[in-house]
Amino acid sequence: MKKSEIPQDKSLLVGFTREVDYAVDESGRYTSGLSTGWEVKSSALDIAWDDIHHRVNDAKEKVLRGEASPVLFFMELKLMDPGILSAYTGFWQWQVKRHMKASVFKKLPEKKLQKYADLFEIKLEELKNPFSK
Amino acid sequence: MQIKFEHIQSAHCENGVTTNLLRYSGMAKITEPLAFGIGSGLFYIQIPFLKVNNAPAFSYRIMPGLIFKRTCKSLGIAVERKKFSSPEKAEAFLMQCLDAGQPVGCQVGVYYLTYFPKEYRFHFNAHNLIVYGKENGNYLISDPVMETVTSLSPYELQRVRFAKGALAPRGQLYFPKEKTNVTDDDIRKAIVKGIKRNTRDMLHIPAGVVGIKGIRHTAKKILKWREKLGVKTAGSYLAQLVRMQEEIGTGGGGFRFIYAAFLQQAYGFIPKEELLKVSEQFTKAGDVWRSSAVQAAGIFKGRITSENDFRQMSGYLLEVAEIEKEAFKSLEKIKW
Repeated sequence: MKKSEIPQDKSLLVGFTREVDYAVDESGRYTSGLSTGWEVKSSALDIAWDDIHHRVNDAKEKVLRGEASPVLFFMELKLMDPGILSAYTGFWQWQVKRHMKASVFKKLPEKKLQKYADLFEIKLEELKNPFSK
Repeated sequence: MQIKFEHIQSAHCENGVTTNLLRYSGMAKITEPLAFGIGSGLFYIQIPFLKVNNAPAFSYRIMPGLIFKRTCKSLGIAVERKKFSSPEKAEAFLMQCLDAGQPVGCQVGVYYLTYFPKEYRFHFNAHNLIVYGKENGNYLISDPVMETVTSLSPYELQRVRFAKGALAPRGQLYFPKEKTNVTDDDIRKAIVKGIKRNTRDMLHIPAGVVGIKGIRHTAKKILKWREKLGVKTAGSYLAQLVRMQEEIGTGGGGFRFIYAAFLQQAYGFIPKEELLKVSEQFTKAGDVWRSSAVQAAGIFKGRITSENDFRQMSGYLLEVAEIEKEAFKSLEKIKW
């Protein structure tokens, strides 16, 4: 890549930082330059977020149909997985997976629910009823 | 309280922390490309069975932590490295270091890193930054990927130092133990060691998912994705490949340009023409990786989705595997 080719596309980094790229000058010597972004990787990041939004929506619908508990929804919303939930809450992974069942979740004591609420940074009420207006 | 610390931005976090800490400890000639090359950072792997963000785990660099470790070891620099059982102990030790005038490298998770854009805050725990002071109750942060210095409150710093999940940092901090006295001869030896080790890693590790074989492995997989997974998921996998290749921190072309820069700088210490020739090959490799990224974007945006388009994508990786294989073979043949 030549220094003159370092991309200056808009990206989500605007307002936060520019990135360093390595490129050659006219005499072929390496130098570094700043880039505001490259459209190709911005769209790759968009794809990743599209996938996440789909997963979040799928989880929401499962919860509304009673097929899963709000733990599943918030887990997807916070980009987490059962391993991460387990690591932060101290529950075993198999317990986390049980807590994602609607029937099990309904019977969970507030002490356990509070661990999830704290992790997801929401109030207990929102954890229990995430979609009520 | 503030240490007189120079923040220099770099492309990649671990390179930047290594470079800036070594500079602080007296090694004026260290640069990001030198640290990357001496640390044998260039790599490729498609980790089997593991999924990251629901797509395969690709990496264009060696395992986290090895660049700092290998670079310091090759240069004969002793390192202090600690993990902690509690955030309180971690903060107390940090304060001790700062009070003694020692900036420290910290491994952190980026999910709770408040100065990053929200869209980049995934549960990724192998980021590195330097804490170089405390002012008005906040910690002064030199994060190498950022243009300027930033700050974090004690709570914010604790959250990132104790992020959980894979590769959890557990408060890990590290720094060169003494002021360094690195000679040009030390650098020469370290460069040679770095090149030999990197050549070994890319050409001779007996595993099909690693190095040149790994690039070909991914090229083969790409041919199957369209039929096996459907265009949409195949596109998501390609997007992941592009992100690992270009997103926050590779300097372009999956670190290949940084490596090309390293070889040019190595020439400044060891004037062998082959280093400049091979540098050009890595520039070419980086350019082909970037062309593959453009092709991938056409696919995952849904513009080009035929089997032929996937074949072309796979073709780019096969081309780059060939270029890098010849490049490393040339490095192998150098008589030091």
